[in-house]
Amino acid sequence: MSKTRSSGQWRGWLYVAPALLFVAVFVVIPFGQLIVMSMTDRSLLGGGKFIGLMNYIRIWNDSGFWRALLFTVKYTIVLTPILMILGFALALLPADNTPLKRLTRTVVFLPVVIGLSSSSLLWFWLFDEQVGLLNKLLVDLRVIAQPIVWFASADLAFWAIVISITWKVVGFGMVLFIAAIQSIDREILEAAVIDGAGYWRRAFLIVVPLSRRIILLATLVSAIGSMLAFDQFYIMTSGGPRGQTFTAVYWIYQNSFVSFRLGYGAALSIVLTLIILAFSTLQIGLTARNEAT
Amino acid sequence: MTTAALAPEAAAVAARRRAMAPGTYGIVAISIAVIAIMAAPIVLSALASIKTAADASAIPPHYLPRTLSLENYAKVVGFQAGLATYVGNSALVAAMTIAACLALAAPAGYGLARFAMRGKEIAFLILLAPIMIPYQAILTPLYLDFARVGLVNTHIGLAIVHTLLQLPFSIFLMRASFETIPREIEEAAVIDGCSTWQRLTRVFLPLAVPGLVTVALFAFINSWNEFLAALIFMNRNTSFTVPILLVSVRAGKFGAVDWGALQASVIISIIPSLAVYLALQRYYISGLLSGAVK
Repeated sequence: MSKTRSSGQWRGWLYVAPALLFVAVFVVIPFGQLIVMSMTDRSLLGGGKFIGLMNYIRIWNDSGFWRALLFTVKYTIVLTPILMILGFALALLPADNTPLKRLTRTVVFLPVVIGLSSSSLLWFWLFDEQVGLLNKLLVDLRVIAQPIVWFASADLAFWAIVISITWKVVGFGMVLFIAAIQSIDREILEAAVIDGAGYWRRAFLIVVPLSRRIILLATLVSAIGSMLAFDQFYIMTSGGPRGQTFTAVYWIYQNSFVSFRLGYGAALSIVLTLIILAFSTLQIGLTARNEAT
Repeated sequence: MTTAALAPEAAAVAARRRAMAPGTYGIVAISIAVIAIMAAPIVLSALASIKTAADASAIPPHYLPRTLSLENYAKVVGFQAGLATYVGNSALVAAMTIAACLALAAPAGYGLARFAMRGKEIAFLILLAPIMIPYQAILTPLYLDFARVGLVNTHIGLAIVHTLLQLPFSIFLMRASFETIPREIEEAAVIDGCSTWQRLTRVFLPLAVPGLVTVALFAFINSWNEFLAALIFMNRNTSFTVPILLVSVRAGKFGAVDWGALQASVIISIIPSLAVYLALQRYYISGLLSGAVK
């Protein structure tokens, strides 16, 4: 014991050092470079003249960025509750511990592990107006008369992506909620049953309140993911029609890697980082509290 | 188990439970509907991938293949630099990511879990930097740095980005695994005269195999699937990874989408992650739960 402790002061650091060095070189230093770059007019061709906060002032007047940010916020606000509610409903789906229940859970979770690019191309195909089977199904079921051209309208494209992402990640919330429910003291639920609380009352008055920390955590993780959305929009809408479905990350990508306005893209990245920081600080706080208990 | 918790088996309450809970037949029907909805996209894509190329692009489409054909797969195998190149790129990047995550996270987790360090909280905070600073934000400076030292379009360059994505989760998980190992086992090793390094390699690592497997599993799946960094850093058509291959298959040669080849490449891209997940399901779920930090 004493030996472990006395040698610990520097030895502990020795073991942590490689990881610290890695993070310093590949995250902390690049972030420093990003801050510097955000105050220059650097482009791919060079430049790099110091222009102070000009880029940030430009952001203020960049309607394209605000539209993209607003669109991303809308996407997050619409998608997150859908994911949480459906995930919770699937976690509550009551059945005895049968093969059917296990199969349901495995199948619901499968899309979580496949790539976002794969699932986006899969749904791009399903939604297609000519060869898409979703359109065919809806026509065959007489839900619609004509195939819908989903990606020609910003609204329909938005919902097409919400549907595809719900399919893709609903299993994530479900798994967290199953664990939350399992961790609830059975005696509390048994007492509630004896007191005459029905299934839905137990679900809403006991399970939901007792799982609120995990619900909050899952909500945050989902919201951060949505705020950083890129792949599904790049693949399914390319930001269109008429640039109406650019997300914040996509707008940064366009500026930095398509128009090569590196300085400006850096300033946009800083703004996005600050927004995400608010979410992730809360997330780390919640996780740390989890560890303490 | 959820049900067990929600609806205790006690005989006295069985009748009431039946009255209160939605009917069993309803549950079975809902479950089957859920399975059908969730499985349909993958099943339909798999079926489309084995249609003939003409059938796969038929307008209007058919749900089922008319004749079975491996034509689409043959096309993907021969696409541009060849499927083997792209799968090889992805596999190599994933392997490097796994190796780097294990090599960095296991010692770091050991240091954080088993040593009294002054300023440990600061170290932990720095290690969490990749969560606080989204990698999407630092891709430009990373790209310029990598271009300067020749790491663009290299496996190692992309593996570095994938490692920094996975590192906080990996360290968190390794620290948690090492913390659960009882003091007595470590003390026995100390008495036997083991150095701290020997304690790590001979005592801690063998006992933390589930944690190591989980770290490797997440590193593999997330590296295999990662899109944005691969799109930016692997921009030569011999260095594409599988997700980038998918996008270029769709772009095709002359603008018209080759739907059959696209579905074949989608299926090829999802098989490795599905197979690894199904084989190691328990590790994946436990990792997800213990590390919802990600």
